[in-house]
Amino acid sequence: MLTLMCLAIPARVISVVGDKAQVDFGEKVLREVNVTLVDAKVGEYVLVHAGYAIQAISQKEAQETLSLWNEVLDAGKE
Amino acid sequence: MADSQIYRDPEMARRVSDKIKALTPKTGIVKICHVCGTHEWTISHFGIRSLLPKNIEVIAGPGCPVCILPASEVDAAMQMAKKGLVITCFGDVLRVPGSHGSLLDAKAGGADVRVVYSTSDAVTMAQVEPQKEFVFFAVGFETTAPSTAIEVQRKAAENLSFLISHRIVPPAMELLAKMDDLELNGFIAPGHVSTIIGLAPYSVFPEKYHLPTVVAGFEPLDLLFAVYMILKQISEGKPKLENEYSRGVQWEGNVKAQRLISETFDVVDGKWRGLGVIPKSTLALKQPYAGYDAIRKHNIQIQDGIDSQPGCRCHLVVVGKIKPDACPLFLRKCTPQNPVGACMVSMEGTCRVWAKTANVPNTK
Ligand code: SF4
Repeated sequence: MLTLMCLAIPARVISVVGDKAQVDFGEKVLREVNVTLVDAKVGEYVLVHAGYAIQAISQKEAQETLSLWNEVLDAGKE
Repeated sequence: MADSQIYRDPEMARRVSDKIKALTPKTGIVKICHVCGTHEWTISHFGIRSLLPKNIEVIAGPGCPVCILPASEVDAAMQMAKKGLVITCFGDVLRVPGSHGSLLDAKAGGADVRVVYSTSDAVTMAQVEPQKEFVFFAVGFETTAPSTAIEVQRKAAENLSFLISHRIVPPAMELLAKMDDLELNGFIAPGHVSTIIGLAPYSVFPEKYHLPTVVAGFEPLDLLFAVYMILKQISEGKPKLENEYSRGVQWEGNVKAQRLISETFDVVDGKWRGLGVIPKSTLALKQPYAGYDAIRKHNIQIQDGIDSQPGCRCHLVVVGKIKPDACPLFLRKCTPQNPVGACMVSMEGTCRVWAKTANVPNTK
């Protein structure tokens, strides 16, 4: 896997042991990543950059993007 | 996880484009600068520029850590390789031109240079071969610096030291904000750098330079929304800081990562390829970790390097003053296979992105 230096990729946390977690990038790409920087919870998503999770992301926040976008569009209506 | 298609919904894209059109001033140019190689990739790959009105220009700033890596630091890594140390680095770093050749050339000449996916891979390699001395070439912005900090603090392997080349983004943005001839009207701030640093470090841009600043994600719609949010701020005459990418960035950033960075590094003046020395823009290991500084440990002299090969226009590309196709070497002497300038090396480098995508400009 090539490291893109600006990009972090979401992956689902499968298991956590100490500061390491097994994560799933989708399509059965499993990897061990370091989770020192985040509170990794099994079943939730983390943003992974070059083998280190840099942020925990929840389904809720993904949904919020859509409502933010709709709000932004509606706010311009008047 | 929500399906990524929702971030590419054509109907939503059309609605935002309409809004953008409605807010675009009839005269004059609105110049918006992003500072992230992955933003350039999304913009080029999805033809975002072709969806914008003619007088909205989105330019690429110094957002690719490989492009701004000074030759002097590549030269230092090559000196270390020559001394017989094992150099570990990310794939892109391998091909960045130093003053005379790249680490790839050193490798071809027999040096032990190894590509890793992650800093922790370098640690593992050093642990497996304790009889050898390893160096990790730590390149990257704030997104990458925390991983170096973790491993330095762990003191994971005595035979591993770090060539620290981390740079921080806001001081480079400030350099651009101050350039009179660039005449910027707004910033799209980098998403994953912001995941770490949060929004506060950008407050200077709306407050001091009156530049609308929006942190954005990496999907096509994220970038269209960022453009729209900037135009809206301009039309209201109220520059401010906004977060379009709330699913990846919290306002305060990743506090733990910030703490690790400030415990591990001092912020010092540093050279950026193509930009010169930028005050307080570069990380250096703090005194307690000096033993892990590869330059000190292996007694390397950093010399002024040759950042620009003859004819190369990277120094203009990297601040968005010219587009890659205005460089006389673009796709002639300088290609993704044989890069002459650093902007052609990484998949996030502006020239490399333009070489790989049919960038449809909106201004012609
Ligand atoms: S085409 Fe090559 S030489 Fe020209 S500016 Fe881009 S990277 Fe530099």
